[in-house]
Amino acid sequence: MTTIQEQPTKHVGQSLRRKEDPRLVTGRAKYVDDIVVHGMLHMAVVRSPEAHARIVSIDASGALALPGIKAVYTGEDLSDLLAPLPMAWAPPGVEVKGPDRWPLARGEVCHVGDAVAMVVGDDKHVVADAAQCVVVEYEPLPVVVDVEEALKDEILVHESLGTNTTHHWTMGGGDVDAAIAEADVVVERRIVNHRTAGAPIEPRGVIAEYRAGSLTVWSSTQVPHLLRLFYAVQMGISEDRVRVVAPEVGGGFGGKLQITAEETLCAWASKRLDRPVKWIETRSENMAVSHHGRDQVDYVRMAAKADGTITAFHANIIQDVGAYFGLLTPMIPELGALVMTGCYKIPNVRTDITGVLTNKYITDAIRGAGRPEMTHMLEVTIDQLASELGMDPIELRHKNFIAPGDFPYETPYGITYDSGNYATTLDRALEMLDMDALRAEQASLREQGILRGVGFSTYTEICGLAPSRAVGPKGFGLGIGLYESALVRVHPTGSVTVFTGASPHGQGHETGFAQIVADRLGTDPSVVEVIHGDTATGPMGLGTYGSRSLSIGGVAAAHAAEKLAEKCKAIVAFNLEASVDDIEVIAGKFALAGDPDQGMTLAEVAGCAYIDASAMPEGMELGLEQTLIYDPSNFVFPFGAHVCVVDIDAATGKVDVVRWIAVDDCGPAINPMLIDGQVHGGVAHGIGQALYEQVVYDDRGQLVTGTFMDYALPTAGEIPSFETDRTETPSPSNSLGVKGIGEAGTIAATPAIVNAVVDALRHEGVSYVDMPLTPLRVWQALEEARGRGDGPRASEQGVALPDQGEGSAGSGPTTPEGGAA
Amino acid sequence: MNVNGQPVESVVAPRLLLVHYLRDVLGLTGTHVGCDTSNCGACTCLVDGESVKSCTLLAVQADGADVTTIEGMASADGELHPLQQGFWDEHGLQCGYCTPGMIMAAADLVERHGPGPISEEDVRRGIEGNLCRCTGYHNIVKAIRAAADKMSEVPA
Amino acid sequence: MIAADFDYAVADSVDDAIRLLGEGGAGAKLLAGGHSLLPLMKLRFASPSLLVDLRSLDELRGVQVGGDSFRIGAMTRHADLQSDSGLGLISEAASHIADQQVRNRGTIGGSLANGDAAADLPAVLLAYGGSVTVRGAGGERVIEAQDLFQGYLTTAIEPGEVLTEVRLPSMAGYGFGYEKFNRRTEDWAMVGVCALVKATDGVCEDVRIGLTHMASTPLRASAAEDALRGQPLDAAHIAAAAELAADGTDPLGDLNATPDYKRHLARVLTGRALTTAADGRASR
Repeated sequence: MTTIQEQPTKHVGQSLRRKEDPRLVTGRAKYVDDIVVHGMLHMAVVRSPEAHARIVSIDASGALALPGIKAVYTGEDLSDLLAPLPMAWAPPGVEVKGPDRWPLARGEVCHVGDAVAMVVGDDKHVVADAAQCVVVEYEPLPVVVDVEEALKDEILVHESLGTNTTHHWTMGGGDVDAAIAEADVVVERRIVNHRTAGAPIEPRGVIAEYRAGSLTVWSSTQVPHLLRLFYAVQMGISEDRVRVVAPEVGGGFGGKLQITAEETLCAWASKRLDRPVKWIETRSENMAVSHHGRDQVDYVRMAAKADGTITAFHANIIQDVGAYFGLLTPMIPELGALVMTGCYKIPNVRTDITGVLTNKYITDAIRGAGRPEMTHMLEVTIDQLASELGMDPIELRHKNFIAPGDFPYETPYGITYDSGNYATTLDRALEMLDMDALRAEQASLREQGILRGVGFSTYTEICGLAPSRAVGPKGFGLGIGLYESALVRVHPTGSVTVFTGASPHGQGHETGFAQIVADRLGTDPSVVEVIHGDTATGPMGLGTYGSRSLSIGGVAAAHAAEKLAEKCKAIVAFNLEASVDDIEVIAGKFALAGDPDQGMTLAEVAGCAYIDASAMPEGMELGLEQTLIYDPSNFVFPFGAHVCVVDIDAATGKVDVVRWIAVDDCGPAINPMLIDGQVHGGVAHGIGQALYEQVVYDDRGQLVTGTFMDYALPTAGEIPSFETDRTETPSPSNSLGVKGIGEAGTIAATPAIVNAVVDALRHEGVSYVDMPLTPLRVWQALEEARGRGDGPRASEQGVALPDQGEGSAGSGPTTPEGGAA
Repeated sequence: MNVNGQPVESVVAPRLLLVHYLRDVLGLTGTHVGCDTSNCGACTCLVDGESVKSCTLLAVQADGADVTTIEGMASADGELHPLQQGFWDEHGLQCGYCTPGMIMAAADLVERHGPGPISEEDVRRGIEGNLCRCTGYHNIVKAIRAAADKMSEVPA
Repeated sequence: MIAADFDYAVADSVDDAIRLLGEGGAGAKLLAGGHSLLPLMKLRFASPSLLVDLRSLDELRGVQVGGDSFRIGAMTRHADLQSDSGLGLISEAASHIADQQVRNRGTIGGSLANGDAAADLPAVLLAYGGSVTVRGAGGERVIEAQDLFQGYLTTAIEPGEVLTEVRLPSMAGYGFGYEKFNRRTEDWAMVGVCALVKATDGVCEDVRIGLTHMASTPLRASAAEDALRGQPLDAAHIAAAAELAADGTDPLGDLNATPDYKRHLARVLTGRALTTAADGRASR
């Protein structure tokens, strides 16, 4: 266990305004589409309108005849690629069967939007025209869209695999079946966690320039170094000759944690044509072929004693992987499973996971990646159990919380939670809520036809990805460890550049990391520049996702700065003829602890290191910079309590979120303002999934929600103001004590909403409604509960419009099963 | 047309969208493109003082118009417009991609509202044509209200 | 994102527009605000060969109020209507269209000529019992609201005709209510209801109810109107009339609503719109 070091904190902990913002608010920032490279060509992609078909023929003559069109390429042309697009997870002992995914289809398309050909030409208008002129003849094949249908293997997505099932994985601890047999109460339910989109407002974009044997790529990516590594593997270009730049990136949310077909296509075409090639994704493409998230059907069982002690939790997860694997696709439910017990002491747990192919686009990591799904099933089931037991859901949570004294706490899965104080965050949230007032309002509003409900979600999640030995090839099975790098360079004038391998897209690293480094070097964040997202400048990095940047990348920067500070102290001690132990950072200087007037500024120290070698201790290396790779000893486990209050129009079923209280704990704050921002955005993302957003395919595999008209991202009108507070429980896993916060809001949000809606509707006889809680679904749930539910039901995937399939309103069995009673 | 106070003249194809004219011909890349159906508002700029989604306007339709983009909001000496300052002060942006459009929509909103404080509800309604995925809108609403207050202080 | 190529011309008069349309043939389209047309073109769901831009026709802008009627030029923007609160129901409906940026460009003529059953203004025109004036090579004619909307995105306006003016009878003395139901504020109506109610001594002297998105065209809720006309304007009678609001409708199911749900919404929203209208916010 690492000791938390007391650091001089001058800038850390302050809500410093962001260093990033002046360029962003003035329109001077540079995103991929803002970059022009001399001689640049444009690419458009011809995509399949069929969900499953054999490609009979491709006729590009019409396209090639258009003025300005340089080339049209198909899958056959790309036969010199050395590898298909990557999937980076293969856990020891688990057989994972996946189809190869090539940047352009080879003979068969397996989802709408599958890339069939690329068109390259002089300007973006003409390639758009030409893409329409490529005539592709398809021979349609049977389509399977619903994941549970696909499980039957009656229609195969990839004939050659012989099955749609990609893998089974079971992890667990204790004896779930025995615990269920002995329980007083067992609740069970089928939960659909529907397919969503990451939907960053900036779509993806790539420019590749292959020139004189070197490849430079600008990509809207979260993982520039991984992309460089992959280019080397796939195109056979030595890694030192590949440079990947992630310029300003307009949001990611996991959607840009991917190695994409278009990145390959631009690079390949640039090499072939000896010209830079640019591709900018349209929103319609983004909805169809930027990876989706969630999409699993969960069968859960929870067992408890009559006093509310939870004894077992079991989830059978059927994951819809789509037509192929993305970079991390099969890992997503597993990542969630690592925190399947949430904040609770549950001795017997098991997760059974089955990956299943369908004729839809791939699913992969979207904000939270497995943890929102797991938290959702746990937290809604807790509420169901409370209802079954006739117990207050808050009391039930309190009863089963892991106590503060139990940390470090080893879960039945062998995961060690670093620290936590769950009851405190829940108590604080309740204080902010005023439950008595709420129940009074609930009663009076009901008379006006407004059904008010309150829902809770207490979560802990696993982030700070990740200890490399634990997750690497011989551990969890990832193709690479997830350490992070930092290079801190003090310039001769005392200003500082920090290079980080993290690759932000809105998080504010330039500010937060500058605060951390400035404090350690006795300088001001305004003269600390943080450079990220360029493989040519800093050391190897792993990128930004999984709420990892601060607790891995930030700690790397802190450690590098601390090492430099030691060197600075030695230089100062030498010059003051003092003992190095007496030198501290005091008021912006390295000064004598007992006599702070005696000291040197960082600029003066840098002057010694670079300009006047005689001011350096004998034998000390000149210069002032430090490269460091930090690999954490454990994950970190942020936690918190969220409360959602909804008002439902009893006549229409429309749900409005009227209050949101979030009390989160991500350890000591580096910049509280940035934490709040992450919580706001994360919760909004969860509200989006719970109430508005759903990627819908019809029964023929056609994408119904292909634009922002149909894919309902919430606007300012749908999102409430947030009431936030924090507690600070340091993580013993790193010297800053910090945890992650980027995904916490999203992880916490959806069950709080569902629980609130059910709280509002329970007196009507509704016990559960699956997301998204659209007006139609809620109305149908009410109708059914009132005995009038004979109309068509709201949708799941793969059902013909408009009568989209079954709803699950009020349908969950709550009868105890095998109860000893 | 005049763009940010400067006269510009070009011969363009009819199908060239105003946003592409601003970005590709004039190099004013602060106006962004986020969708193709007039939903996201990232491309919002002012045409004759009113907010417009420049992805849903042909450049030729703006012939003779006064166009203001995010690049034209700060004063010549670099002093930020109160809305730009408000977004910075209140952490009203994260990735920054929606920000220029959001600020331009807010400019119309504040102008339309006139002097005096603007309610949270009015701000939320006023930016319903602009999507943000990062901020959850909370700080955007704060930023616009703060800026509106500041703009009200300046005598008209 | 990029429309197919086309020709473009700015009409300098209505007659010029008619001439250009005629010369352009079947592929020629009028461009008003462009906020329905351009997105379709960018998705390549529409590829006209010629756009005739009406933006220079200042004579088609503005609201003229007469004694018992008013006229709205076809190129009058939603933003102009939204800010003219004297227009009552029209202003209210216009203010609910999409978002401010769209309202700053979209026009009443464009909206009505497009004939989208999910759009806000067609049902309002129908409830008013208004008409539109169109002009073509053969001269000018007036199309009554009930004849204008013929089917999904189909109106009685002939190719080659230009919608120039919207005429509405004065509804002075009527109260109004407008209920638009959607998932997000910027969305099209899942169902919309506008109501105009004239009351004398608490009795409903006249009532007009327009329904949005309850069929392939806007509709009047005639059964509900008939049930309320001549009856006391109390909660019970309003509720009874609202129960009939979906009679004769034929809503299509879509991603967000089944036909049954839309019928249910029409009844609920009609009740609310009538209640608001009966409370007497005056229209004109």
